[in-house]
Amino acid sequence: MLTLSRWKVTAVILSVIFGIVFSLPNVLPQKTLDALPGWVPHQKLNLGLDLQGGSYLLYEVDTDALRAERLTNMVEDVRTTLRNDQIEFGELGEAGGVVRVRITDPAKVDQAVSLLRRSIGGQLQGTVTGRDTTVTNNGDGQLELAFVPEAAKADAAKAVTQSIETIRRRIDALGTKEPTITRQGSNRIVIQAAGESDPARLQAVIGQTAKLTFQMVDETVTQEDMVAGRIPPGVVVIPGTQPGEPPIPVAKRALVTGEDLVNANQEFDQNGAPAVGFRFGGSGARKFGDATTRNVGKRFAIVLDGKYISAPRINQPLPGGSGIITGNFTPESAAELALLLRSGALPAKLNLEEQRTVGAELGADAVRAGAISLAIGAAAMFVFIILAYGLFGVFAALALVANVLLIVGIMSMTQATLTFPGIAGLILTLAVAVDANVLIYERMRDEAAAGRSPMSAADTGFRRAMVSIMDANITSLISAAIMFGFGSGPIKGFAWTLSIGVFTSVFTAIIITQVLIGWWFKTARPKKLPIA
Amino acid sequence: MAWPLIRLIPRQTHFRFVKWAPVAAAISALLIAGSCVSFFTQGLNLGIDFKGGIAMEARMPTPVPLAELRGELGRIGVHDAQVQGFGSPNSAMIRFLPEAGQNANAEAAEIKQKLVAHFPTMTMPAPSVIGAKVSGELLGSGFKALGIALVLMLGYIWFRFQWQFGVGAVVAVFHDIILTLGLLSVLQIEFSMTSIAALLTVIGYSMNEKVITFDRLKENLRKYKTTPLRDIIDLSENERLSRTIITGSTALLALGGTMVFGGPVLFPLVFTMTFGILIGTYSSVYIALPLILVWGVKRGDEEATPIKLGAGTRP
Repeated sequence: MLTLSRWKVTAVILSVIFGIVFSLPNVLPQKTLDALPGWVPHQKLNLGLDLQGGSYLLYEVDTDALRAERLTNMVEDVRTTLRNDQIEFGELGEAGGVVRVRITDPAKVDQAVSLLRRSIGGQLQGTVTGRDTTVTNNGDGQLELAFVPEAAKADAAKAVTQSIETIRRRIDALGTKEPTITRQGSNRIVIQAAGESDPARLQAVIGQTAKLTFQMVDETVTQEDMVAGRIPPGVVVIPGTQPGEPPIPVAKRALVTGEDLVNANQEFDQNGAPAVGFRFGGSGARKFGDATTRNVGKRFAIVLDGKYISAPRINQPLPGGSGIITGNFTPESAAELALLLRSGALPAKLNLEEQRTVGAELGADAVRAGAISLAIGAAAMFVFIILAYGLFGVFAALALVANVLLIVGIMSMTQATLTFPGIAGLILTLAVAVDANVLIYERMRDEAAAGRSPMSAADTGFRRAMVSIMDANITSLISAAIMFGFGSGPIKGFAWTLSIGVFTSVFTAIIITQVLIGWWFKTARPKKLPIA
Repeated sequence: MAWPLIRLIPRQTHFRFVKWAPVAAAISALLIAGSCVSFFTQGLNLGIDFKGGIAMEARMPTPVPLAELRGELGRIGVHDAQVQGFGSPNSAMIRFLPEAGQNANAEAAEIKQKLVAHFPTMTMPAPSVIGAKVSGELLGSGFKALGIALVLMLGYIWFRFQWQFGVGAVVAVFHDIILTLGLLSVLQIEFSMTSIAALLTVIGYSMNEKVITFDRLKENLRKYKTTPLRDIIDLSENERLSRTIITGSTALLALGGTMVFGGPVLFPLVFTMTFGILIGTYSSVYIALPLILVWGVKRGDEEATPIKLGAGTRP
């Protein structure tokens, strides 16, 4: 085991060079860094918002639009309810936040009022029997329907909560960036994203409502009809997402909506062009299958936020509930759309109100104090381990330095976010890395005490300690993997730092120490183990 | 080699760890009970990360001295205040948690008045209420992840060792989680995002301790096939003692620097982690291993021989 095989020495030298090269940008002054040629790594540690500050986006949930939409829905609800019960009506419409309708048959006014009271709107949040709408009879068959003030508030609050969760899903899916998303006041959302983490991309991902619908193209409406404005009721003309595309007439009623989607991914179509694959679940799959079976040969439009992406012809029924969306995609835009569809639509439009930069939560002084104290702690640790194990302690300390270099190098290279909790993960990693060396050395002592020769004791010590080290690190890795997979935000950052640390500590504590000790045995040819 | 290696303990020790396990169990039970009482009566002192709070902007014609502002807020006694640069150097964002039962707006006005008295050029636009950074969903998913991780670790230990070991480890880790939460609750240390990180570190360290000790126990079980289980546990713990003390000391040394020089912002994190390392070491020795005695273990081809918990036997 202690034989200096060539691959081990090479691996050690390469990894240390790698660690130094990739960590270096973090300590070089910016000027020197800029002057370096392009092939030298330039990426610094990607510090989280809590350590370096970042951009601040203030969004307002468009509750007015939400309200308008609910009123439009109410008009439709009133229409179908009265029609189903064969109550004749006229002058149905909404204005000034209320829906008005006139019941033409005076004998049926009371019946209509009680019917509408029962079936329009829903239960008011936080009450058992209270309803969120009121129906008043203004006499002469004039009925007025309105939301109670509390309902509007509850609606807005719900929309904000849903928006926050949707935004969180969207940003989490972008990668390891760790923004904080908080509610401000009654209808605002604050998003703070670390450093230069591309606010434009963030805005692109957050700003889209991502309401996806599939609507039939009405092919009876001709180009001339549209120009002349002869649009039949139940049809609406929508523009395309690409500039220069002609608007198309589609049925107002959606066949299927994005709410039934269970998955969406970036894929490629049969021509190799980027596309978005989607899958509907349960009732969505059934609806989609029925609709495509009924309409073979016709065109349907894939509509996102009121604009169509493409309007393909249905060549065959799609009973499995899955399909692909083609359009003018780049791989990036396809991936972005898939992400938006996966994380669900925002309940209402978001308006960007303000964009600013914020400083670190901890403040430079606290970060400096932390760095200094960590250095003091590390120094104390080194002194202690050298006092405990002498020369072998020096080897352990060297391995530890290499470990830190590797972690910093890998984190800089992968641009994983280092947050305050991540630093806790780093401390744990170092503690466990030291433990690996302690385990090895204690084993060597045991073996030497059992009467083995120094070389044999060192060798056996390594081999035996390895089992424990592996067990401990696999256990850590399991928990890190789970936390990374299921956790989000701060827990993810912790898990990521921990997983990198597991690999680097196993490598440095075992391989680097081994090579150093092997080299020392070769040159010093000791008669006694220095730690025995 | 004439290197003066320090040795904290003699080469061979013969502590009777298992003998004291019942005492330790009683102490642990008391501490857990205390933790639960504190947890359910006064609960955790949830910080602004979980509860949301008030945000105020502070503007000055000159750059805002953030450190001084932080100090001043601490002097006034503002609960869990966070100060951040905002927009330009001339403005800063102050976020704080209003005292329970206090009118938030009145408190904001009071703080504003005190700050303006100290920084005469400071102006503060109206405060606004902000929500929690950590939503219930986020916290829930975190706990779910933790639960799954513990179950998988139990599975791994079961696979590598025996199920009794896995149960011992998980019970001991739960013990550590409860006591750490208990400590945070009793001392009413602000529970924030960093406390979660500290808690995760405690779990990681504790699990590491358990697995390492189990490894030695497993080896000794094979080596001494006829020695009573309790003696083997004692032996394994004694053999591991030197390693436990050195590793624990290095970990504490790494944290010690931060505890003394890290300043008030880092203190809660480091304090919790320090406590966790101590409690994790304790629970390995006195909970995880002795617990195995309750069920006994399989050795070679024989069946597991659980000890009788009746009179005359002391686990």
